[in-house]
Amino acid sequence: MRSLPAIVSAGALAVFLVTWAMAQTADPRRSGYQEMGASLRAMQDDDSANPGMLWVGEGRALWARREGAAGKACADCHAGETAMAGVAARYPAFDAATNRPIDLGQRVNRCRVEQQKAEPLAPESRELVALSAFIARQSRGQPIAPPDDPRLRPFVESGEALWRQRQGQLNLSCAQCHDDNAGGRLAGATIPQGHPTGYPIYRLEWQAVGSLKRRLRNCLVGMRAEPYAYDSAEYAALELYLMSRARGMAMEAPGVRP
Amino acid sequence: MRVVLLLVALLLSGPVSAQTVVGDAIPQSLTGEPGDAARGRAVVANRQVGLCLLCHTGPFPEERFQGNLAPSLSGAGARWSEGQLRLRVVDAGRLNPATIMPPYYRTEGLERVARAFAGKPILSAAQVEDVVAFLMTLKE
Ligand code: HEC
Ligand code: HEC
Ligand code: HEC
Repeated sequence: MRSLPAIVSAGALAVFLVTWAMAQTADPRRSGYQEMGASLRAMQDDDSANPGMLWVGEGRALWARREGAAGKACADCHAGETAMAGVAARYPAFDAATNRPIDLGQRVNRCRVEQQKAEPLAPESRELVALSAFIARQSRGQPIAPPDDPRLRPFVESGEALWRQRQGQLNLSCAQCHDDNAGGRLAGATIPQGHPTGYPIYRLEWQAVGSLKRRLRNCLVGMRAEPYAYDSAEYAALELYLMSRARGMAMEAPGVRP
Repeated sequence: MRVVLLLVALLLSGPVSAQTVVGDAIPQSLTGEPGDAARGRAVVANRQVGLCLLCHTGPFPEERFQGNLAPSLSGAGARWSEGQLRLRVVDAGRLNPATIMPPYYRTEGLERVARAFAGKPILSAAQVEDVVAFLMTLKE
């Protein structure tokens, strides 16, 4: 018999507290976590059962590894296991160099290229997902806090327009499922509200950890719409809109989802 | 003979053929032929082909996972005429512009369709007729 504290990790407790605080103000928003059955929630809550922690561990190892012509590790410049606390909760952020929002994975690659003088990691590669999971884990329990940067506003708006646009052969919009029909059943799956609280997530269907973009890509494929390119402005805008829509909700990374 | 069959297949998989809408119905068969209800049932129950059970329930005891986003298909053949069901399947948006039901036999006015499906309707004219024939058998 394991003791309760071992099962309910500090992170899960923090998620619970933020969720509980939201319930007190009758916030109608629900994380996908709340749509899952007890066994999947237990898998997410217990670090020793959450497969996403494997990627977090790999990310920790990569964090400490010297890479590139500069011979530097992430850890050489960003000290400590909590150097990135709160960072994942406020990405995508505005990037002055490219004049557009970049997400966490793109920000990591910026340091790979400019600081480590190494090749950028491929989008959705095992290494990039692992580093992102290690970083996002440090925001677990913290409220999602997109930057109040006026330069981001047009991108939030274009993200919302994409959210409401019908597309694909099935002629559906994200909003028709995730706003209008959330909580309903699409065949065997409960439609979640579509909040980015858990990313990167371990998805049972993938048998792997993947980014928010990979999840959005799955929905686009399901709508029979052409997925966006991984580094496209469209994904950054959609991610940004999702973060602003989920402002104040608790980060859960690495989440577990069906 | 084989050449003729091939031609027919090309015609059916090409752009959609014209349909005449009368009121809230398409009275004429899209192929000029009646559909096959047994084939229609298979289309409706198939999650990759008809996709109907993603949203609808219906008299399919063998299908464990059915959606609850739309009315049950049970009794559709009693509630609606053949022509009304045909327009509903061809392009439900003409009845309810805000509908989530996909337009099964329309290729115009769709945005960012995935390359594999571009220019193709979700169902062929013959499949639409099979589905309509099956829906007409759902009297209760
Ligand atoms: C036909 C309905 C439908 C449409 C349209 C749709 N989704 Fe989804 N989406 C789902 C379902 C169902 C799931 C959950 C799948 C599961 O649990 O296996 C999901 C999951 C998600 C999630 C993950 C939520 C979580 O808790 O981790 C996000 C984010 C999301 N969708 C965003 C989008 C975006 C953005 C679009 C538009 C580009 C979109 N979806 C279009 C049905 C839809
Ligand atoms: C040579 C030093 C150096 C190395 C090595 C380095 N970084 Fe950075 N990193 C920086 C600097 C400088 C910034 C900008 C800090 C700021 O803007 O406050 C930064 C910013 C970041 C940010 C954004 C933080 C924020 O608050 O928005 C992330 C994420 C990040 N680095 C991740 C990484 C990762 C992952 C690695 C290893 C793959 C890495 N860095 C390697 C110097 C470095
Ligand atoms: C994405 C969800 C979705 C899919 C997939 C779907 N429908 Fe529908 N359907 C609806 C909704 C919602 C309605 C209710 C009317 C409306 O909103 O347009 C409806 C209405 C109907 C009706 C009228 C029901 C009644 O008796 O009032 C019929 C018949 C029907 N659909 C047949 C089908 C068939 C056959 C298929 C598959 C070939 C299908 N639908 C696929 C969502 C869907």
